[in-house]
Amino acid sequence: MTDAPEPGRDERDAEPLAEAPPEAVRRGQEERLLRTWATPTGWRYWSAVNNTEVGVWYTAVSFAFFLFAGVLALAMRLQLAVPGNDLLSADRYNQFFTVHGSVMMFLFAIPIFEAIAVTLMPQMLGARDLPFPRLAAFGFWCFVIGGLFLCGSIFFDAAPKGGWFMYPPLTSSYQPGIGADIWLLGFSFIEVAAIASAVELIVGALKCRPPGMRINLLPLYVWYTLVGAAMILFAFPPLIAGSMMLEIERAFRWPFFDASRGGDPLLWQHLFWLFGHPEVYIIFLPSIALVAMIVPTFARRPIVGYGWIVLAAIGTGFLSFGLWVHHMYTTGLPGISLGLFSAASTAVAIPTGVQFFCFLATLLSGRVARSVPMLWTIGSVAIFVLGGLTGVMVAIATFDFQAHDTFFVVAHLHYVLIGGALFPIFAGVYYFFPIITGRLLSERLGRISFWLAFVGFNVAFLPMHLSGLRGMPRRVFTYPADAGLELLNLLSTIGAVILGAGVAVLAWDVVRPKKKEPYAPRDPWKAGTLEWVQEMPGKPWGIRSIPEIDSRYPLWEQPNLVRDIDEGRFYLPDAAEELRETIVTTAVDARPAQVQRLPGPSFVPLLAAVTLGGFFVLGTFKQWVLAVASLVLATGVILYWLWVGTAGKPEKEEKDCGLGLRLPLYRSGPASVGWWGTFITMLADLTAFVCIVFGYFFFWTVREDFPPPGIAGPGVLWPAVAAALAFAAWVLTLLARRWNRSGAAAAAVAALVWAPVLALLAGVAVLAGPWTTRLDPTSHSYPAIVWLLAGWTAVHLLVGVVMHLYCLAGRLAGRITARHDIDLGNVALYWHFALLTTVVTVATIGGFPLVAR
Amino acid sequence: MDMGALAPAGREAARIAELFWWMTGGAFVIWLAVVALAIYATYLNPRPIPAAKTRWLVVGAGAIFPTVVLAGLLVYGLAMLPPLLDRAPKGSLRIRVVGEQWWWRVRYEVPGRGPIELANELWLPVDRPVQLELETRDVIHSLWIPELAGKMDMIPGRTTHLKLEATRTGAFRGICAEYCGASHAFMLFAVRVVEEDELARWLEQQARPAEPPRDALAARGRDAFLANGCGACHAVRGTPADGRVAPDLTHVGSRGMLAAGRVPNERDAFHRWIARPRELKPGARMPGFGMLAEDELRALAAYLEGLR
Repeated sequence: MTDAPEPGRDERDAEPLAEAPPEAVRRGQEERLLRTWATPTGWRYWSAVNNTEVGVWYTAVSFAFFLFAGVLALAMRLQLAVPGNDLLSADRYNQFFTVHGSVMMFLFAIPIFEAIAVTLMPQMLGARDLPFPRLAAFGFWCFVIGGLFLCGSIFFDAAPKGGWFMYPPLTSSYQPGIGADIWLLGFSFIEVAAIASAVELIVGALKCRPPGMRINLLPLYVWYTLVGAAMILFAFPPLIAGSMMLEIERAFRWPFFDASRGGDPLLWQHLFWLFGHPEVYIIFLPSIALVAMIVPTFARRPIVGYGWIVLAAIGTGFLSFGLWVHHMYTTGLPGISLGLFSAASTAVAIPTGVQFFCFLATLLSGRVARSVPMLWTIGSVAIFVLGGLTGVMVAIATFDFQAHDTFFVVAHLHYVLIGGALFPIFAGVYYFFPIITGRLLSERLGRISFWLAFVGFNVAFLPMHLSGLRGMPRRVFTYPADAGLELLNLLSTIGAVILGAGVAVLAWDVVRPKKKEPYAPRDPWKAGTLEWVQEMPGKPWGIRSIPEIDSRYPLWEQPNLVRDIDEGRFYLPDAAEELRETIVTTAVDARPAQVQRLPGPSFVPLLAAVTLGGFFVLGTFKQWVLAVASLVLATGVILYWLWVGTAGKPEKEEKDCGLGLRLPLYRSGPASVGWWGTFITMLADLTAFVCIVFGYFFFWTVREDFPPPGIAGPGVLWPAVAAALAFAAWVLTLLARRWNRSGAAAAAVAALVWAPVLALLAGVAVLAGPWTTRLDPTSHSYPAIVWLLAGWTAVHLLVGVVMHLYCLAGRLAGRITARHDIDLGNVALYWHFALLTTVVTVATIGGFPLVAR
Repeated sequence: MDMGALAPAGREAARIAELFWWMTGGAFVIWLAVVALAIYATYLNPRPIPAAKTRWLVVGAGAIFPTVVLAGLLVYGLAMLPPLLDRAPKGSLRIRVVGEQWWWRVRYEVPGRGPIELANELWLPVDRPVQLELETRDVIHSLWIPELAGKMDMIPGRTTHLKLEATRTGAFRGICAEYCGASHAFMLFAVRVVEEDELARWLEQQARPAEPPRDALAARGRDAFLANGCGACHAVRGTPADGRVAPDLTHVGSRGMLAAGRVPNERDAFHRWIARPRELKPGARMPGFGMLAEDELRALAAYLEGLR
């Protein structure tokens, strides 16, 4: 029940069973494990939630979106092959470049990171699965629905055409039609899914490690995943907040970005790039993580500078949030900002340099075996380093005045992203393919594919540096014949076709039938990390028994590890109750803390994705009544999902995990994975809220007419009443948790009856402020942002009400007891955030006008 | 025509080009060293080097070297920034340029005389700083003359500033660098850098009201222009046409190109543009006048071409 290890027992010394269990016992264990983890068959196959299925679907679908966006790129290159070409009309070209960029970013680069991580991380951590398999499935289905909706629009000539950066006022007032709405709502939907997956990955990396894998033994890939997923939490909310404001401006004319009504188009640019720049590193870090796994394997030695790499990755993550203004150098900012952001932007080269030189040092101090993954890795270095160097060039504001918004930047960003993400991912595809299918890809096709892609890429993108500086701006569907751009563009097009051929060879290698080929040997690359204990092909149970780990390269350094795992000599070698289980450990020291029961196959995540998707899709078509109906339906489905699928009471208190380790089956509060999931989700939610508050103060800073003369604010009375009521509801929530735990059931029920009443009244009161002073949100940015803050808060209070009622029902139905109170703990945690949101809103809309005066 | 940022014809562009060449040289050397090291380590290294000895590589090449180089680069590159951002000295020529979908409204503020408005053409004196004041009527645009200086955005609700100082005479192309909608690719303008007295003569000429039609065809064109309501949007100074929405056409015949650099200034081009503007420029605000009789269109073209 506590985090302290059992007396007399030191996990670091926990040894596997000295002798294998008898053959018959082992066979029984294996049969039960197989039955428990069996993948559903027939049409029920699509109800699978296990990482071995969902991760692979996720990877395959993101790769399909990559090919789709690549075809769009080829079409654009053909259009630009000669000046004055009319293969694509201006309008179609604008749709193509918008969809190309958006799909590559939102439907390929981010999802493939999460997809690869969902697939591989449990194997690397010796976990049977990540802690929230159904959440991962939900994220996947949201991604599929949103992605198809977005890509489909291009076939109806209705695709977004505002660029992947969607700058208003072009996208707010000058592009009627549903294209921009598809972008704003479709991608918001996908971003929600991306955050869901990030929560899953963070909790997985922190809580689902094998016993003994302390934080300093974490595989580098997992470190990078942790950094990337944490960045998603803080980078996506600014975009979600911005997209919400832009969509509200489009749909209801609230002028957040309309300069003629108190708004400012630069607010969008700040919010967008506050997302957009970290985004680059969210793509880069998890991809380079693959290199960090591949390099030691082929150098046949542990990585050099493990600690340096971890610190550099974390440092890059932090720095990347302080660079966004370098996308806005030409907006007329003062010199001091330009100087500061130039310095910060170049500084990011230092941690990046450290990481790359650690890789090179590892190669130098090893005996490097030649292989296709290494070929892609070296190609990646050659390309990425050039992109990094041009990155330093454009980071200097002085030079960026010329390079900004030209093909020079197109070249730079493709060198960075293709060198820093695509080539490492392709290296990873060749390296990790046996984990997925049990078979190796073709060495010959791998080499052909690499050389085509490498040569094609450079022929395509190197000339763009020059065409940009010669005066070719970005996002032009054609260019004049007399500007010295013909040869450069023709070269780029030829290169793009060669690059496309390289990708096609790789795609063929992946999909070509391999039934007749033998399975790969186990650990085919002689790697040292835990994922390679997997049998070829892998079993759905993930790992036969969960080992004790005391090394960064256990396969190299822990003798007999494979045998001991296979023979079930470690933890959880059995599924006695035929329920899916994995071990939960403490976040830093990886001491075993709990056996977590994991949910099995279900269509509920799919249903939840469909109904939630309905809200966004119907909203695009301005069917707001139906959209809200779909949202209510989604809420119902999610409540059902929570009710039947989470926080179930186990049939016994403890479970014997083998090797004398007995672990509880149920823990609540900060010891439960659900608490961590809630906490991490709410960090993202709070970030989005902070972005809206930032909007309020941004307007106040840049606009002299904020608040405009003659418009009353929401007053002080109603906001103050809202804060008081929310505070009371929060107190009652905490009391409900305490009384429930101490066995005062009647008092807990009473608190859970009154808390939602007060919370509901708080929601009404916060809206009553702007309502009673008749703020018209379409008249000016001031009433618009006040209403938005009030509305955001009211929605959070309403969600809090639903949570209260859910707990009330759970308590009355006996789902929640004094001992089993995960839900109450998580709701109390939510209410900390809800109260904070309310207080900040009230201080801002009610209090700040008093101070500002 | 000279080409781009690497053939500078302005003080600002020359500074940036110098910075570019230094950085490119340095980047090339660093790139070569890193790639050579990677290939050596992977394919050529005869025997493993002890890990302890490779530490200096991580610390030296990964941390210390970039810190030193970047510090130097920042000092050098940012020292150039203040002169680029400075305003032109008082008394310099001030020109207000307004970006509109998809053309440029140009207004010369000449001391001691009223403003002179024209479109899609910017004449500048050589060796004299000029202050541009940039605004937009609709979406975000960005004004860029690669040979002269870096670019500056035009943002709704704000006025931004760009100083230009051309160092040699010649003809250049101005470009919209910020994606601004359907015809972003067709939002160009002509830049002429001339001696100061030539600029004065040109301004003198641009300030005059329109010349009367030279022949009967042009006269019919003027009548058609006024009869068909062209003056609701366009101004031709010296006639009743005084629209403010669209480009001023008082001296449209004197410009090198039509429709913001889309087509050369020829009679046929006028004809095409008036009849079917969106064929030349997708999404253009100008309504098509294809319903006019053929000879009326010809007359209009003759009239406008004659407005020199």
